[in-house]
Amino acid sequence: MSDLRTIKITVLRYRPEEEDAPTEQTYDVEFRDDWVVLDALNHIKDHIDGTLSFRWSCRMGVCGSCGMMVNGEPKLTCAAMLRDYYPNEVRVEPLVNFPIVRDLVIDMTDFMDKLKAVKPWIIREEEKPVSEGEYLQTPDQLKDYKQFSQCINCMLCYAACPVYGLEHDFVGPAAIALGHRYNLDSRDEGNQQRQHVIASKEGIWECTYVGECSVVCPKHVDPAEAIQQTKVATTTNRFKSLVMPWGNKK
Amino acid sequence: MNYKEHKSEPFWWGMFSQGGVIAALLIPIHIFLGGIAVHLGLIDAELMSHERLTDLLQNPLVKLYLCVLLIFPLYHAAHRIRFTLAEIGLHSLAKVLPFLCYGGALLGTAAVLYILWILL
Repeated sequence: MSDLRTIKITVLRYRPEEEDAPTEQTYDVEFRDDWVVLDALNHIKDHIDGTLSFRWSCRMGVCGSCGMMVNGEPKLTCAAMLRDYYPNEVRVEPLVNFPIVRDLVIDMTDFMDKLKAVKPWIIREEEKPVSEGEYLQTPDQLKDYKQFSQCINCMLCYAACPVYGLEHDFVGPAAIALGHRYNLDSRDEGNQQRQHVIASKEGIWECTYVGECSVVCPKHVDPAEAIQQTKVATTTNRFKSLVMPWGNKK
Repeated sequence: MNYKEHKSEPFWWGMFSQGGVIAALLIPIHIFLGGIAVHLGLIDAELMSHERLTDLLQNPLVKLYLCVLLIFPLYHAAHRIRFTLAEIGLHSLAKVLPFLCYGGALLGTAAVLYILWILL
């Protein structure tokens, strides 16, 4: 095919049973104009080196599995076009700030624990019986949280966040944004159950509003804004409870 | 991980946030009025003369305004310096830094109050 070009792909390799520290390996990959970095990785695995390990699933920016560092930037590899890098080489590494399990696969246990801690689901003080129907919501009420509900848990924001890089206890952008998403949901009554996590020292107060999380977010969730909104709301409530201690703290 | 809501941080962040607004909105106006406009002849130098400004200070509302103008940005600076120091490598001092930084701002607050309400 005339439209094939060859690009160098350097991949970080780490096979814990064979080596103590990560190394790197370079592959020459013939690619078509519409190939993304993930296509190149799949090409390597299928035709050049079957031992390469990486996560992927949907290939269309929905599942959030294929996040990796591409030339030092956290990216969904299914959305990083090879032609944008050609003729330079492409370096693919696992997301930084996470332990590596193998090659490009990171250990996401820390993120999963934090995600669970913010209880990202609708909490009701009392569930009404199904026979009473749905919890209705107006388009305006949906608009309040919709942006923050677009998160696909790809963890690019954790790789981009310099605070998470320094302070691993930081609850982090995606988990806080998701907690905020449920706090903003008119059907939810779980604000108090999330507050001790979100407004902890390790929560919103650790963030210094660098904003890189929002820059790299492939779904435009803007987690930095979620954290900022939560800081303002928490501070307002705190001052209110100091001035009016008799007020309803809910 | 046992999380606990941080009770004092909203107060410091609130002061930081207010200080940031004041530092960004009001201080440039003062720099322009006192530092640039007079020297460019845009406003009469007499309006900014020492005697006139000293007279203005007799008004408690002016003193109150100056308190707000000078005190809140101290907490903005303290909060920024605290996090910057922690992030450039003084992480081991993370527990001491709030005392040093906000302590400095509190001393600054006392100095402003002393100068404006007792000395002047």
